[in-house]
Amino acid sequence: MSDLPGDLLYTTEHEWLRREDDGSVTVGITDHAQAALGDLVYVELPEIDQDVDSGGDMAVVESVKAASDVYAPIDGRVVAVNEELADDPEKINAEPYGDGWIVRLQPTSDIDESELMTPDAYQALLDEEDA
Amino acid sequence: MGLKTPLYNKHVEAGARIVDFGGWDMPLHYGSQKEEHHAVRGKAGVFDVSHMTIVDLRGDQAGEVLRRLLANDVSKLQDSGKALYTCMLNEHGGVIDDLIVYYMDDAWYRAIVNAATREKDLAWMRQHAESCGVTVNERAELAMLAVQGPAARDLAAPCIDAEWREQALALQPFTGMEAGDLFVARTGYTGEDGWEIVMPAASAPASWDRLLAAGVAPCGLGARDTLRLEAAMNLYGSDMDENVSPLEAGLGWTIAWQPADRDFIGRAPLEDLRANPERRRFVGLLLEDKGVLRNHQRVIVDGKADGEITSGGFSPTMGKSIALARVAAGDYDRAQVDVRGKLLDVRIVKTPFVRNGQVRIEL
Repeated sequence: MSDLPGDLLYTTEHEWLRREDDGSVTVGITDHAQAALGDLVYVELPEIDQDVDSGGDMAVVESVKAASDVYAPIDGRVVAVNEELADDPEKINAEPYGDGWIVRLQPTSDIDESELMTPDAYQALLDEEDA
Repeated sequence: MGLKTPLYNKHVEAGARIVDFGGWDMPLHYGSQKEEHHAVRGKAGVFDVSHMTIVDLRGDQAGEVLRRLLANDVSKLQDSGKALYTCMLNEHGGVIDDLIVYYMDDAWYRAIVNAATREKDLAWMRQHAESCGVTVNERAELAMLAVQGPAARDLAAPCIDAEWREQALALQPFTGMEAGDLFVARTGYTGEDGWEIVMPAASAPASWDRLLAAGVAPCGLGARDTLRLEAAMNLYGSDMDENVSPLEAGLGWTIAWQPADRDFIGRAPLEDLRANPERRRFVGLLLEDKGVLRNHQRVIVDGKADGEITSGGFSPTMGKSIALARVAAGDYDRAQVDVRGKLLDVRIVKTPFVRNGQVRIEL
């Protein structure tokens, strides 16, 4: 298993978050999640300006095998979506932490980092699932 | 820990993602399900199908027993090695399993049945065969490889002894032969040309290595499912089961109605359903929008939401989502599917979607 990027936060739903300098938060799914799903064939993205609640559905990623919800990790408003995924959903397989990002949110309440996982904590979760 | 085929270590060696499939530890894919799919459509791929159940029925009455057990008629099989695809039905006309049966000689037929239905199939066969002096012998010691794709037979030919090779390459579709300790048949589950090769478990790893060295791609259950869906080949347990008639699963063509006095199990309820104009249709669906059709989604025709997708997924060959579905009787060519709460438009199309590398429907 590849090393987890150290500058991201993670969720138990196998999503990652990056806090950007402008205060927004970029969200994607982890390498573990993309590997479990297999080749992605379709991504359903939210509308710009849509409000999302922490824990609620935000996007859907579908692979040859299965459909999987992507949950909003924080309360926020959608400020950008990765339009390139419409034609090339496999970007998520190729670069889950880079060009395969999914949604950028502007937080609408303070982010409670205690609800999120550090790279070490997420790695521990993966090790536990493998065991 | 599940059951393992003789090729389990080879799968792990080739980087397989292993999943449980009816109690067996089987490869789902070896990296990319889509690439494996395209390898079979474009060149050649090999599937380990050793989990499937090979059954030899022997005895003078074997043909007569099978004429009662199977909805298709084995008396169509006159030449040794000739195969028939058929359903085995219960008294209600529901499908116990679908299978391929080979006529070897008058006292020997070979059936290849699904892994997940193994125990009930064997019990049902024995129940009807043993009283007629026909033995039902599972050949668990045999392995089976399916080599599929336009280049499959050429690339797999070296796996067959030189003595038999030419004859094997001359096999007609849906025909098999013994080749030394192998059994080779020109059959498959992908919509492409190819062979299924039955062999002693001990020779399977060497054949596997030889095929991979020849450029045949190892392919998992994932690609097997998308390939068979494009070819509109039914999957037992999804498209039909004991509560579904072959007439409502697109398998009417496998039922031999003639001779009318052949009293196969399930015949009477099948005759009734055949005469019923309300009998459900089994159709192919093409999703014209983006999205993916999945098993069990509701299909709406003429405002009625009583149809259901029995097999849905993404077609790598077409780049669109396709499905097989059971819908209400009626003459219509469009429908809607409830995809995660949204109603999406689908076109009802004539299957197969893809055969021999070519898309067969208008996109």
